[in-house]
Amino acid sequence: MVSLYTTMYKIRNFEEQAIKLYRQGHIRGYFHPYLGEEAIATGVCAAMDGKDYITSTHRGHGHCLAWGADLKIMFAELLGKENGYCKGLGGSMHIADYTKNNLGANGIVGSGVPIAVGAALGISIRKEKQMVSTFVSDGGSNIGSFLEGLNLAAAWKLPVLFVIENNQYAVSTRIEDSTAETELYKRGIGFGLESVRLDGNDVLEVHKIAKSFIERCKNGEGPFLMECVTFRKSGHHVNDPGLYLPKEKVDYYKLHDPLLIGKKHLIELAGLSEIDIVEIEKVAMAEIKAAIDFAIKSPEMSEENFLKFVEEY
Amino acid sequence: MVNVLNAARELMYREALNEALKEEMDRDDKVFIMGEGIAERGGSYKVTEGLLEQFGSKRVFDTPISENGFTGAGVGAALTGMRPVVEILFVDFTMLILDQLINQAAKFRFMSGNTARVPMVLRTQGGVGNGLAAQHSQSLEAIFYHIPGLKLVMPSTPFDAKGLLKAAIRCDDPVIFIEHKLLYMNKGEVPEEEYIIPLGQADIKKEGKDLTIIAWSGMVPKVMEAAEILMKEGINAEVIDPRSLVPLDKMTIINSVKKTEHVLIVQEAVRRGGVGSDISSIIQEEAFDYLDSPVKILGGLNIPCPFNLNLEKMVVPQVEDIVRAAKEVVYSE
Repeated sequence: MVSLYTTMYKIRNFEEQAIKLYRQGHIRGYFHPYLGEEAIATGVCAAMDGKDYITSTHRGHGHCLAWGADLKIMFAELLGKENGYCKGLGGSMHIADYTKNNLGANGIVGSGVPIAVGAALGISIRKEKQMVSTFVSDGGSNIGSFLEGLNLAAAWKLPVLFVIENNQYAVSTRIEDSTAETELYKRGIGFGLESVRLDGNDVLEVHKIAKSFIERCKNGEGPFLMECVTFRKSGHHVNDPGLYLPKEKVDYYKLHDPLLIGKKHLIELAGLSEIDIVEIEKVAMAEIKAAIDFAIKSPEMSEENFLKFVEEY
Repeated sequence: MVNVLNAARELMYREALNEALKEEMDRDDKVFIMGEGIAERGGSYKVTEGLLEQFGSKRVFDTPISENGFTGAGVGAALTGMRPVVEILFVDFTMLILDQLINQAAKFRFMSGNTARVPMVLRTQGGVGNGLAAQHSQSLEAIFYHIPGLKLVMPSTPFDAKGLLKAAIRCDDPVIFIEHKLLYMNKGEVPEEEYIIPLGQADIKKEGKDLTIIAWSGMVPKVMEAAEILMKEGINAEVIDPRSLVPLDKMTIINSVKKTEHVLIVQEAVRRGGVGSDISSIIQEEAFDYLDSPVKILGGLNIPCPFNLNLEKMVVPQVEDIVRAAKEVVYSE
């Protein structure tokens, strides 16, 4: 539980700090915060091992960090620096680490899903004991890529865990206005997958269900789908104040926050004190500050290096 | 420069492709193939015939009709160490997979800072056939040609088809490999010994001195026929088939232009915004001073393809059109 909480805390504070850096002009371009959804990436990734694969979304910082990304290299990429994950050529929406089986965030909603299915197809051809988790949003669950991917994985019995992060909004459109069936786990059932709906803000619940599905994927019982109900605490991206989010929901999720729930678990289940938790947070925050320092001081790719890089294209 | 190693047996274009797939699957167990009706049925043009029996259903299998989904699966498999050969039945259907090709496959290597590679081959076929009408007759190479990060191959002979498909499968970047539906039954010499044709090497299909005709895919046999007619009329045309449009062998083209000083580009695709226009602009940038007359492009009409067979012939260049255009170029002074 301590490591689950630490990961969620790091994701939350990585993003809050990154938003500050954005406002200061250190980070440019698009930036889609994962604020409020931390329990999902954390719970799922903690149940996987390093030989497995993930595909992420445009709202992808949380998945990368939960997968074990280095804070320094993450910040460096967000700042467009040469020592970032993609040498500053990818940025927020394209962070990936192919050397560690993170197949990347994706700027196109839903497009990571078929790619995840393909990674699982490779696993199945090689007959290896690995699996793939693919994250997609409620918005993404309406696109053909997702539905085709579900069908392919089910038809070919591939080791894929589909994780729908139902944050109830596609940019500014309410889920009720996007689909007539708002319980999205039923899409999995329609394609023949064992599928469940759960509280995506409770990291222990996410972790427990993910763990069972992931093990069963590795035993050849996949694919599976879990719909994690959550709420985006901010606008669609950093420059969207999210004024369309209704006050009663905002207020409800202020209390039903993944970090508050996680803290409660730490105290009630792991027997930690408030002081213990402050200590955990202090260490994590120091790591974040050091990573920001590293990223700010890091160089950008020079024109000369860029021209060398593109020579082969 | 006819590429014949040992004057050899003749194979059909589709048999040459089949042999390339067989050899590469045999050599590398990371190679697998998927597409609609390619396993038991052996594909609409029999290119994958016999592969299911030889390599089993884990490496040769049918897909549901969800082109974007299974192409994306090819991308994901390629990203994680496999070498998929994905078949899309008609190039027209690649319009359903543009996200996975253009936004995904073509971008990963670059936007990952070179840590990702997508060694995937997308085999498809295009061009006018015999009355297949507007949604099954297109030549869409310009769309792929335009996108950085994709390679583009369009072979015209059995020999080229085999050697280029083997190179495409070994390439670490996504390759769009477009066959032509009227070429599958064409025969040509294909040696027994293994060979590979590197991407980016044009072939001079016929040497000549009066005029350079550049053509690829289904236009090459028509241009060769036209070149014979022209020869009888005193025009000795050099015929260049780039074979791969990306990378493009500019050198062979420019050297030929410097020799003949006249250029005709023949493309089956509609005239507007085609690859021919880009080749023409390259020639004018790099060999303008050698040109004796303007570069001419003979292309398809800027309309969808009609179903009626007689009308269909009117929309893409025919042998007599090529002969006429060649004379216009040579006698334009």
